[in-house]
Parts: sequence; structure tokens; C-alpha cells
Amino acid sequence: MTASVYPHVQPTDPALLTKKDFQTDQDPRWCPGCGDYSILAQVQRILPELGIPKEQIVFISGIGCSSRFPYYMNTFGMHSIHGRAPAIASGVKTLRPGLSVWVVTGDGDALAIGGNHFIHALRRNMDLKILMFNNRIYGLTKGQYSPTSEQGKKTKSSPAGAPDYPFNPISVALSAEATFVARAADIDAKGLPAVLERAAKHKGSAFIEIYQNCPIFNDGAHDYLTDRKTKADHELRLEHGKPLRFGPKLEKGVALDARMQPVVVDVAEYGEDRLLVHDEQNDSLAYFLSRLVHPAFPTPVGVFRCVERPSYDQLVEEQIDTARGRKVQSVQQALEAGETWTIT
Amino acid sequence: MLEKHTEVLESVAIRFAGDSGDGMQLTGTQFTETTALAGNDLATFPDYPAEIRAPAGTLGGVSGFQLNLSSRDVFTPGDEPDVLVAMNPAALKVNLPDLKPGGILILNTEQFNDKNLERAGYKSNPVEDGSLAAYRVYPVDITGLTLKSIADVGLNQRAAVRCKNFFALGLAYWMFNRTLDHTIAWIEQTMAKKDALAAQANMKALKAGHAFGETAEIFTHSYVIPEANIAPGKYKNITGNEATAMGLLAAMQLSGLEMFLGTYPITPATDILHHLSKYKHLGVKTFQAEDEIAGICSAIGASYAGGLAVTTTSGPGLALKSEAMNLALMIETPLVIVNVQRGGPSTGLPTKTEQSDLLQALFGRNGESPIPVIAAKSPGDCFDCAIEAARIAITSMTPVLLLTDGYLANGSEPWRIPQLTDLPRIPVHFHTEPNGFQPYSRDERGARPWAIPGTPGLEHRVGGLEKANLTGNVAYDGGNHELMCRLRADKIRRIADDLPATEVHGNLDGDVLVVGWGGTYGAIRAGVDKVLRDGHRVAHVHLRNLNPLPNDLGAILHRFKRVLVPEINLGQLSRILRERYLIDAVGYNRLQGKPFKESEIARAVLAELERV
Ligand SMILES: Cc1ncc(C[n+]2csc(CCOP(=O)(O)OP(=O)(O)O)c2C)c(N)n1
Ligand code: SF4
Ligand SMILES: [Mg+2]
Repeated sequence: MTASVYPHVQPTDPALLTKKDFQTDQDPRWCPGCGDYSILAQVQRILPELGIPKEQIVFISGIGCSSRFPYYMNTFGMHSIHGRAPAIASGVKTLRPGLSVWVVTGDGDALAIGGNHFIHALRRNMDLKILMFNNRIYGLTKGQYSPTSEQGKKTKSSPAGAPDYPFNPISVALSAEATFVARAADIDAKGLPAVLERAAKHKGSAFIEIYQNCPIFNDGAHDYLTDRKTKADHELRLEHGKPLRFGPKLEKGVALDARMQPVVVDVAEYGEDRLLVHDEQNDSLAYFLSRLVHPAFPTPVGVFRCVERPSYDQLVEEQIDTARGRKVQSVQQALEAGETWTIT
Repeated sequence: MLEKHTEVLESVAIRFAGDSGDGMQLTGTQFTETTALAGNDLATFPDYPAEIRAPAGTLGGVSGFQLNLSSRDVFTPGDEPDVLVAMNPAALKVNLPDLKPGGILILNTEQFNDKNLERAGYKSNPVEDGSLAAYRVYPVDITGLTLKSIADVGLNQRAAVRCKNFFALGLAYWMFNRTLDHTIAWIEQTMAKKDALAAQANMKALKAGHAFGETAEIFTHSYVIPEANIAPGKYKNITGNEATAMGLLAAMQLSGLEMFLGTYPITPATDILHHLSKYKHLGVKTFQAEDEIAGICSAIGASYAGGLAVTTTSGPGLALKSEAMNLALMIETPLVIVNVQRGGPSTGLPTKTEQSDLLQALFGRNGESPIPVIAAKSPGDCFDCAIEAARIAITSMTPVLLLTDGYLANGSEPWRIPQLTDLPRIPVHFHTEPNGFQPYSRDERGARPWAIPGTPGLEHRVGGLEKANLTGNVAYDGGNHELMCRLRADKIRRIADDLPATEVHGNLDGDVLVVGWGGTYGAIRAGVDKVLRDGHRVAHVHLRNLNPLPNDLGAILHRFKRVLVPEINLGQLSRILRERYLIDAVGYNRLQGKPFKESEIARAVLAELERV
């Protein structure tokens, strides 16, 4: 094989990168106050810190307000077609394992039209960083209910309330075997960059559900979690090895009752040593945590699951190495393989 | 010793037919390879049942393999077999209508019992009731003789019965004066590794079949087909699907690119995946996606990342890929889409051949969306067409559709193995210069630069939204949109400027021009040759490039009084030719899941001559 057709280039020095290097000359087309702005700012903030040359970063998106994201990132990028970004990104990553490949998608893009690609990319442990902006609505098409809208949601397409039961994206991702699963809110200036960095450093399929506010079609959907007044009452920050505590003074905790059901307890009364302790490598716990749903329970944010297993591109490279000993060693030999005869 | 006669034949078509569990495909393949080694030209056509496990003995479970061998050029597997080997009543029932009057019929009498006769719908036993009087019938207890010949091997009854196809093969080898050498070697080298006992039994059955021909009184004649005049070189027998896979491998080598195949299994295209998945270490990454959409989308990702990107499918899968094809068209990235056509619409006839996806290939997308379309004409031609598809895709930065069909995919012919060093390289140029880089600037072919991730200073965004000319930024302005639609169309039209002159076979002008495309080539060429030999002024043009059509086609069409377009559909190319060249092209259309016969093409041409 002649690899010489590929450009021989010197990677640029990532140490010199700043947030500015990741901004483009295109003006974002999101509505004023849209949560997408803060997500963009956080991503642009953490990328220079990852030590990856800018030209090796690729952002692939589907269709939706959220999927406009690549236009505003000065990296390689593709704004593709509705729901298909994980499939396209899988091709990029499999051919070129050296690239850092990110997927930006919406709740409709990832879980409705693209549900199939989404779960299969995760199950394969494709080394993609999938950021799903969950505004629990179809923004771009002006406000229809989405697979994550709450049951009974009244929208233009569901004047009597949506009869659908919603997906729980974290449960879906865990069931689909994602090796890294996390959640953060758009304006969480501490939590969001933290999980973005963890995801970037994870080798394998990384999924982050980002609660995103759409002030136009679903304003305030996540206010209980992001509003300074109510945040502490509802936010359960997950920390590996630490007991599950929340509340303004961390006075509340999550434990299992005798029927193995989650209960919210008073820590002082119940005793800290009887609380559940977070373990990112415990599958059952991760799923259990994903089922803690507002308003009956606090909303967990942070990393639900982080486990190591070989990624798809690594497994493919291994197979290639194993195959090197094969009898057929060139394309010409492949053409001549099998039963042949010579006419003179 | 019984006296046996040897007759010399110019060509003969043989069909092996039996239950799908009877090993007819293996029998046919072995006979084919032996025939090729003997220096005959040949063509084959396997015919599988649609269901993998149709009930034994039923009409739905019949599997057949036909091969045409000759001392002349062979264009097709043959219209009507001269010889039919039928392993059970169902196989006889399904295949007898095709057998030539007076043809040879070898029947496995053991299977003609009441149960099987009833399953096949026979009221009385055709071996005995005189209904086969028009044929030369050889009733042979193939099962019984097989069991007797291998009794000492010690296989259980079921495994022993399975050896009967090797008895039949041995008998056929005797009848056509073929040596057993090739099959013996195959049994020793391949079969013995998997199951030594079965190999030993099959070897005995093969030899017993051959000896039976030599000694049994009912066989008085054997036949010799002299060697054909074949160009020197190294050959192998190749199916269309294997040739497509090999052509893609060759294109990978000729371009210096790595290859990526994103695909989802579908009959009759899956074998391309099977073949390519063996060559990971040569630079091919195959990805079995979750569906056809992911197949093409992953390939688009790989193309964007700088690979020779391929997706393979059949009709229903092509329908699923439409939206993504337009993404590739819009971001102007190279992509080879192989559509192995089968009977449609919907799930249609999955294992049968048809040419009914031409209009889908040309027009089955939203918006103004021209995509180059090329079609292979024979199993071996799939190799050349795959290279051609990759060449157009890369040099014009566009998705390209390659059409083959079920008949080409599974049919085979001897193929002269090319030396890759003799084939022209496919030039690839990756853009690297950041200064003045414009993602949607164009070269002399109208192709935009291939600027892949990893190249410093070329960071840019592409996507399905309309692009501003040159910069590639999102642009909603109407004037720009029309300009871009015209630029994209013009890029495809210009591909015709690189095409060689169209070959006109027969008279350069005259009464009837027969225009075909795709897998009907062999039947049309043979049919037209028959009419030419009778001195008529006719000709045959077979189109490889269906979009853009060759620049010289219009002038050629206008040199003939009538234009006849045979197609295995209800008239698709004929519609294009009428519209494009304002001529009264008439179709000859059949779609019964079978390739054309040479004789029916000849008759259609003669009928058209009457109208001149
Ligand atoms: C094939 C296809 N079907 C439908 C659409 C219309 N469409 C565009 S975006 C969208 C929903 C987007 O919702 P989501 O993914 O939640 O993104 P958001 O706009 O909320 O960020 C739909 C239905 C489309 N562009 N393509
Ligand atoms: S519609 Fe909603 S999601 Fe879309 S840009 Fe406006 S605010 Fe953001
Ligand atoms: Mg949304």
C-alpha cells in the first residue's frame, strides 16, 4: 500500500491554543438567551486544555438548533442530516482513529429519528464524545413535543397533551452500553466543563446529556435545577467514592429502603454510613441513579458511569494486526487467490 | 466391453438441479472449475430458492446451477440447457420446461417415490408414464448406487445420502470427457481438512459415478467440447460480486487511499462485504452498520476523513440511502454506492434479477441532484466498473452509483487477472495549502478541493445546507442557490468529456440499433450476432455510462431507422432516450426474474426489422 497520497503535515502545537482559536467568524443564529450559547462557550473554554492539535478535532452534528453548533467551532466540522451524526462520526473515527471526534445532537435528533444510530454507536464503544442538548422540545421546527418531553406536554402538535411516555436519556445510554455517561446543565459553569473534560479524556463512547433551556418553546424546563434559589434542593452532585448527599447544607441523602427502593433521608437522623456511596464502575448503581427523577427525587448530575473496555477502533486495529500474517499480502495476490489457470 | 462413442460438440449448456440441500451449487462450481481448466470459454448462472430452508422436496426448495461451455466465445449461461440433471421430482418439474427438445435428462430415480411425486404435484411418475418421450432420458438410481459405493466408509445414513451429488458430478465428468483431477485435489485439500470421513466418501462416490458412466449400458455416448481460442494470461472464474470487491481493492491500490466499506447485509449484495472483510490487513476497513442509512453515513464520514468510501446494497437499501446520497452530493465528497439490483418493488423478488432501479438511481432523490451512474455488463466487467466508479468519484468529488444485478452478482465467467501495474493510477490530491483556501473553489473538472481533518489551517465546516459559492458558508440567497445547482450539474455533465468513443457493434448505420445497459449485455450481443449473421443491417450499443450519457450517443442513435431497447423492466432507459434525444425508441421488456434469452432478443430484433 502506498500511503504517500496522504498529506505529510506537522501537527500544530496545542499548548498555544486559546478559547479564541476555536471561535469562527459566523454569527450564531440562536435566539437570545438560548442555552446553546453557554454550552458553546464552555466547549470553547475546555478544548484548549485538552492538548489536542486543533486540526485533529472534528465536530459532527445532525439537524436542529443544537446541531448548528459546528458552524461556530473553528475546527473541522460537518452539519449533516437529521439523526445520522453518530453514524457519520463512526466512519470518521474508524478510518482515522487519531482524530478527536465529537457529536453534537438534540433530544429529537438523537432519540427520535436517530435513535438507532445513537444506541449502536454507544454499544460498539465507538470513541465518540456525544453531547446531547436536551431542551425537551423540537426547537428548530418551532415547538413540537420530543421523545424527552414530559407526558401530557401541551405543544402545537399536542394541544391535548402528549400521550407519549418519555425516554430517560441516561437510562437509554446505560442500557445501550455506553462506557461513559454523564449529565450537566447548560449554565453550570463548574459541572459542565468538568464532565466535558472527563468525556474528552475517556477512551470509548462518552455520552453527556446537557440540560438546555429553550426560552422560546420550552422556557424554564430545567429551572428547578439551574435557578440559584432552588438548585441546592434538587441537585445531587455525583462524586466517585462519596455518599449521595444533597441539599443547601448537604443535610439530605439517598439510601435504599428494605424493598430496595430509593428513599430520601435526613442524614443526621439516618446516619451517613447508611447512605449509598457513588461508584462510577457499578452498573446497577448507575442505572438506579438514572431512575432518580424530579420532583420525587433530586436530579443527579456529574458522571453516572465510567468504565474501561477496548474501543471499536482499538478492536479493529487489533484485528488488522492479527491479519497481517495472512497468506495474501498484496492486492495483486488477492486478485490471484483461489483456483487459477494459465492459457499460453 | 461395451462400445462407447465420442461426439464433438461446439458448445453445451448443462443444468444441475435438486433440492437446496442436495449440494447443486457445489456440484456446479466444481464442474465449472474443471471446465475452465480444460480451456473452454464458459458462463454460469446459479439459481437459489428465496427461502433458506424451504421444505425438502417442494418446488420452492429447488436449487439450480447452469453452465454454458463452448469452444467459441460465450456471452451467456445459455438459453435452454442441453442437459438437465434432476435429483428429485420437484427439480424436474421446475426445470423441464427449459430443457431443449431432445435434450438429455438424467434422473435420480430413487427420489421419484410417491411422497416426493405428490410434493412436486405429479399425478403419475414421469419416469414411467411416457410423458418424457421427447427427451433422451437416463434413469439412474443415484442414491442407491452412491450408498453402495461408499458402504465401507462407515458414514451414517444421512451423511452417506449427501454424497450423491458427487456421484452425479462423476457421471457428468464422464459424459463430457473431463478429468476428475481438479475435484480430487479439491476434496483432498479443502474438504478433507473439515471432515476426513466425508471427504473419503465423496471421493469414492465421485469415482463411482465416473465408472458408472463408463460401464453402464444405458450410456452409449460421451461428448468432447474442444478448447476455445482464449487470450493468453492467468485466469480465474469470478462472480460479479467478487469482481466488484476486487475492483474496489484495485481502486484502493491505484489511488493509494485506505478503503472503508459501510454496509448492511442484503441479498444479493452481501457477498461483496464477505469478500472485502477478508482483507483488513491490506487497508480495507469493513463496517457492518445497524442499517443501510448508517452504512452510507459511515462511508460519508470516512470519505470526509480521506478514505476511498464505499457502500453496497440492493434496491430497498438504496431507497433508504437517498437522503444521505444527497448529503454526499452537497458536501461534494467522493463515494461509491454499489446497487446490486433485484426484483422490486418493496421486498419483491430478493433472489431474482431485474434492471428496474435505473430511474431510482438517476432521479430518486429530492432537489436537483445529479449523480453519475454506471452499470456493469458482465461478471468480469464489475471489476472494471468498480475502478471506474472510484475514479469518477475521486476526480470529480462526487458520489457515484454503480449498478450491477443479481444475475451478474451470482453468475460467473472466466476472468483474465490483470496486473495492477498495467492499470492507470487514480490521481488523488489532498489540499494542504492554507493560504487562500476556499472549500468550494473548483478545478478544471469542477471538483472542489479534498481538505481532510488533520491538515493544519484548513479547518472548515461543510453540511447539507446550501453553500455559498467558493467560501462554502451557509447561504440562503436565491441567486447563489441557482448558481450552485448549475455548478453541481455542470460538474457531472463534464464527466462525459472524458469518456471514450461509444463502441457500435455491427453496422455503423442502418435499420435497427439495439441499445442495452447492464447485465443484459451477453444475451443482446449473442442475439444481435445471430441477426447479423443472417445479413441484416443491425447494430448493438451497450451503455456503461448512464449519467452522463456519452456525448456521441445522440449522433449514433440518429443514424438508425429504429432503436430497440431491451430491458428487464417496464421501460426505463427507453424513456430516458426518448426524452433526451427525441427519438421513437421502443422497449422490449420482460421482468420475470430471469435474464433474457439470446433467442428472444434475436426474435425481437427481427420483429423490429419488420417495422422498418
Ligand atoms: C429527514 C428530516 N426530517 C425532519 C426534519 C425536520 N426537523 C429538523 S430539526 C427537527 C427536530 C429537532 O429537534 P432536536 O433534535 O430536539 O433539536 P433542537 O432544535 O431542539 O435543538 C426536525 C423534526 C429534517 N430536517 N429532516
Ligand atoms: S428555538 Fe429554542 S433551542 Fe432553538 S435557538 Fe431558539 S431558544 Fe435555542
Ligand atoms: Mg430539542
